[in-house]
Amino acid sequence: MTEPLLSVQHLGVEFDTDEGVVRAVDELSFTVAAGETLGIVGESGCGKSVTALAIMRLLPQPMGSIAGGSIRFQGEDLAKLPVARMEKIRGARIGMVFQEPMTALNPVKTVGKQLIESLLLHTDLKVEQAIRRAIEMLDHVGIPSPDIRMGEYPHQLSGGMRQRVVIAMALICRPSLLIADEPTTALDVTIQAQILELIKALQQEMGMAVILITHDLGVIAETSDNVAVMYAGRMAESGTVYDIFDDPRHPYTQGLLASIPRLDHASKTRLTTIEGMVPGLLDLPKGCRFENRCSRRQARCATHAPVIETIAEKHKVSCFNPATQPPHDAAINT
Amino acid sequence: MLRFAAGRLLQAIPVLLVVITATFLLVHSAPGGPFSAEKAVPAEVIKALEAQYQLDQPLWKQYVSYLGDIVNGNFGPSFKYPGRSVNELIAAGLPITAELGLYAMLIAVLIGISAGVFASLRPNTLQDYVPMSAAMLGICMPSFLLGPLLVLIFGIYLEWLPVSGWGDIPGDKILPSITLGAAYAAYIARLSRGQMLEVLSQDYIRTARAKGLPEPLIVVKHALRGGLIPVVAFLGPAFAGLLGGSFVVETIFQIPGLGRFYVQAAFNRDYTMILGMTIFFASLIILFNLLSDMLAIWLNPKLRHGSGAAKP
Repeated sequence: MTEPLLSVQHLGVEFDTDEGVVRAVDELSFTVAAGETLGIVGESGCGKSVTALAIMRLLPQPMGSIAGGSIRFQGEDLAKLPVARMEKIRGARIGMVFQEPMTALNPVKTVGKQLIESLLLHTDLKVEQAIRRAIEMLDHVGIPSPDIRMGEYPHQLSGGMRQRVVIAMALICRPSLLIADEPTTALDVTIQAQILELIKALQQEMGMAVILITHDLGVIAETSDNVAVMYAGRMAESGTVYDIFDDPRHPYTQGLLASIPRLDHASKTRLTTIEGMVPGLLDLPKGCRFENRCSRRQARCATHAPVIETIAEKHKVSCFNPATQPPHDAAINT
Repeated sequence: MLRFAAGRLLQAIPVLLVVITATFLLVHSAPGGPFSAEKAVPAEVIKALEAQYQLDQPLWKQYVSYLGDIVNGNFGPSFKYPGRSVNELIAAGLPITAELGLYAMLIAVLIGISAGVFASLRPNTLQDYVPMSAAMLGICMPSFLLGPLLVLIFGIYLEWLPVSGWGDIPGDKILPSITLGAAYAAYIARLSRGQMLEVLSQDYIRTARAKGLPEPLIVVKHALRGGLIPVVAFLGPAFAGLLGGSFVVETIFQIPGLGRFYVQAAFNRDYTMILGMTIFFASLIILFNLLSDMLAIWLNPKLRHGSGAAKP
């Protein structure tokens, strides 16, 4: 078996806050093979974005730091790489698309200047060649009259256009991994579908791997090969998209799937929710982090934290009492 | 841009009118007059002088004729420097004050911006605390204290620099320029630190980092311009303030600039001189505010292109 493109093992991320040290990501492991899409799903604050920033080594300074674990990417451990080496990887071999296209672009620089910047930095292209590449790239992400757009400022573009520019910027050096952190959350529903289609098409064409971070299970089902479900900084369950959607084992994954609104239900039924609140990262329970909300909890769940275990080829669950049968409602397309 | 400038210049007319009227009433209601002196002057002499300068006319008549003169750009004769007009006196003092103001401004901008940017790169560390404490001190220290202090240290104890004068001995322009510029340098340092911190926390700085740009390039190419727009907008009022505030420094260092004329005019009840200087400074403040606002607009593409609605 060849080494995967990205292999995150036992990653921990800590934030030094006024109230104390917070462990935002703990014992997180996953791999991404070349060309495949990993969807990371979970609710706000579960550590999805922090994981992405940790891979890019862009954790907010000076509070955030990687505390343990490794991030192996193309034979190097990003967690231990010196900053100067890391700068050669960012933008060149790993591209990143952020959630908020309105603020991700510099308002006082033209689209063109921001696009060619990484080309001039990471390649030997001359300015004229870089400009030509940038125009091609804009055309590629579906921006009409790209040569005119090059000279425009971000505020002259609509939200969907800006996100296309951000994607063009992340992909212009043809990275082998793209990390997209909620790339469609801030956009209109119609634009969302277009952007996801675009990422998918570019992925197939360039053969790059994608880590797609979202809280939208629909987006995951639509785009991902493999799925990682995170809860309160830890991996709850991971597997192929079929494992997760057709055969979810972790009570949290089941709860997530059950809470998707469904068209085939009577119109007045209340939406299913998961009772309770996510524990605060400052005082995490000793046992399983989902224990206080779990319908399948046992005595030991309160005192011991479950370790992630493999139950099928790629399917892994972190639970003492995983479900054996998918609940009736959760299975998709029944 | 041109319409903006024209609009602002039109707005300046009522502002100036209020300034002129208020100053006119104030100087005329102050006790004493230009010809009251310690030694007794015969009443006829004073009467003759007042008649010569039309001070025997009713106040409203003086006001109307003064306004007429100003429209023609004539500030009238000085009461205390016989035979010289206010225009001449301003023209004589302006180059010196302007030079002093320019040097002070250069010091304020160069030291202020570099200290502010430097401090913002490592907030809440020694690199931040040291320049910011110095800036706090600079803001708190009035120029009538800083000036003599600098003279004492560099002029008298160390004997490195001359203690007073302007353009007579080499190096005599250094201390007054520092004295005048220090407070503005301190203010600009604090302003640019705050703005840089604000800009450096923006999402687009993270985007730039995600592209692999090294930190110094991020500061120079992505943060500086956005961070310095408010500083540029402050430069106009600052320069006008420097010119106006120079009278303390000019008095301390015996510099024959505008500021000293201003102070003497107030002591002497030199009505036309006070009025002329006030109008002149008011116009400068309006003009420099306009210029720096225009520069700040030009630096900000969102404002430069008008309202700039997003295109679909």
